[in-house]
Amino acid sequence: MPVQSYAEALVDALYDSLAADPRVSLIGSYVLGLGPQRQLMDRVRRDFRDRVVDPPTAEAGAAATGIGAAMAGVRPFVDLGTGSFPYLAWSQIVNEAAVGHYMSGGKITVPVTFHLLHGVRGGGASQHSHSPQAMMCNAPGLEIAVPATAADVYGLVRSAFASANPTVIVSHAKLLGIESEVAVDRQPIPFGRAEVKRGGRDVTIVANSLMVHYSLAAAAELARDGIAAEVVDLRTVAPLDERAILDSVARTGRLVVVDECPLRCGIASEVAATVTEHGFELLKAPIQRVTRAQVPVPYSPPLEAAVTPDAAKIAAAVRYVLARR
Amino acid sequence: MSQPLPDDLAWSMLARMLLIRRFEEAVLRLSNEKQFVGHYHLYIGQEGTGAAIMALLDARDRIATTHRNHGHVLARGVDPGAAMAEILGRATGLNGGRGGTIHLCDPALGFISTSGIVGGCISLGVGGGYACRQLGNGAVSAVFFGDGALEEGVSFEALNIASLWRLPVLFVCENNSAGSWAPGEGYPTLVHASSDLCSIARSVNIATERIDGADAAAVHAAASDAIARCRAGQGPVFIEAVTKRWPGNNPLWPEPVTGTTDLRMATGEMTPAGEHADWLERHDPVLRLGRMLAGQGADAAARVLKLDAEARARIDAAVTFALGSPLPAAETAFDHVFA
Repeated sequence: MPVQSYAEALVDALYDSLAADPRVSLIGSYVLGLGPQRQLMDRVRRDFRDRVVDPPTAEAGAAATGIGAAMAGVRPFVDLGTGSFPYLAWSQIVNEAAVGHYMSGGKITVPVTFHLLHGVRGGGASQHSHSPQAMMCNAPGLEIAVPATAADVYGLVRSAFASANPTVIVSHAKLLGIESEVAVDRQPIPFGRAEVKRGGRDVTIVANSLMVHYSLAAAAELARDGIAAEVVDLRTVAPLDERAILDSVARTGRLVVVDECPLRCGIASEVAATVTEHGFELLKAPIQRVTRAQVPVPYSPPLEAAVTPDAAKIAAAVRYVLARR
Repeated sequence: MSQPLPDDLAWSMLARMLLIRRFEEAVLRLSNEKQFVGHYHLYIGQEGTGAAIMALLDARDRIATTHRNHGHVLARGVDPGAAMAEILGRATGLNGGRGGTIHLCDPALGFISTSGIVGGCISLGVGGGYACRQLGNGAVSAVFFGDGALEEGVSFEALNIASLWRLPVLFVCENNSAGSWAPGEGYPTLVHASSDLCSIARSVNIATERIDGADAAAVHAAASDAIARCRAGQGPVFIEAVTKRWPGNNPLWPEPVTGTTDLRMATGEMTPAGEHADWLERHDPVLRLGRMLAGQGADAAARVLKLDAEARARIDAAVTFALGSPLPAAETAFDHVFA
């Protein structure tokens, strides 16, 4: 199978979506940030000159332009930039886009797609290292994807453009250069379907976004000690594939949940609560959450590492739940 | 006074304005009877603006409105029964009881959103203009908002984007806070440092016009030019339609301080009196247009009263329909989260 970077697959998905539907447009074309992959977007800007615009530094205005345009019958994609900038457009995302369909009794649809670069990217300090997707999960009406691989970002972006609902594509800044295998004939991937990225019988690791790669690294390390960890990639957090989580825990009896959102009321908490409510009898040990610490993200590298999940912390959590009887 | 309105148009606008007035009077009455819960916003005193601008929009155009939307949806042709049932939270309501008074919305008539977040509607209306341009059908996006919406930051972002991208957006600022519509007068200085709301739009190079919002003919003339400009691709236009606030909107909750509007004040059979005589004489858009038309002669005066009787009958029927409609079944609360 061919290999592609996450960034290349994301650009392919945008390019193919623009080519497939004349109602599609991009409001904001710096979806890959300012890093080395950014020139991958050049062909999109070149080939769809009349449907790619870069807005002023006006996150709320740009988000609302996309939302209003979606309500009025076209299919915009709005790049919100770094994961902390959506807060400037919070009212538009959670209180206009998310509620429009419901509040109108099902008459309005809001097919807008937002994109943001989340996560501890290295040196971002407190204001440029955010993961707002857990907060977004508290806004019923949004569909939220957290892809980890080239194949998944391609398929989920294509599905987002096909959705009648407001969708959010959450890309980790550190995923952009990570390569993975992609099928030659790529298809849309439906929201709400998790995927087992590595099978194992001893413990389930539920992860999303960049944390899938850290979890796979942890699983490889644990395998050297004879521990078979199963890695379940959520792929979307709204909807949440409860069935896939419970099925995996039914196989393993142990659960570690990894997420880069801060601990409190985060996605890891939601997964843990789901298993506690619906699969308590499946558990042989208490659930462990490995998340960003409940502190703002510091700038200096050792401080940043201290508050951020990594493969070693995940492996340690696995060993902890395996030690509990 | 501006250019005269074509006669037929003036009569049809009066009919719509009377429908709105009688609807709003009924809403106030139903609220006082505790037939629905929560706060609400009446369009009394601003009917001339909504009726005139809706008369200029056609089927392809898009509209974004606000918490003070009743007049806009009725002027555009929403069934008063469905609107009233929505306000009463009934299953037969325009939006199945999900939106209520603040969110009456009918996309089949071009409404893209009815947002109760005051600056929010301006920014969504700019999105409507973005869609109109992309669809390339010469449509415009009309966005209605109050003077208070310009206190919120997103309004500036939206005005800037609309101007920068020359989007076909008609911004209709319904300034109902003014004491007078003379330039520079009557602004709510506690919340606006500017004494000229048009200057905010002009600062981002948007063409502006300030008009008497209670003069339906003046609104029609100004909006006609503005919409033509938008359709011609010359960018957005900002109209400030200034009205002297209906005294019943001065308290925190609306109060029927001018009673039920008596159209004999338009036909000359009755003279406005009491504490609010000046508002009724000079600032009530319904009575002003009614007087203009009734002044054509005895037949015209009779026609004004007949139109009012028809409006009352339609609203009575709407209220009967709404009160007789069932409340939604609780289990349907989970419908429509996703399309």
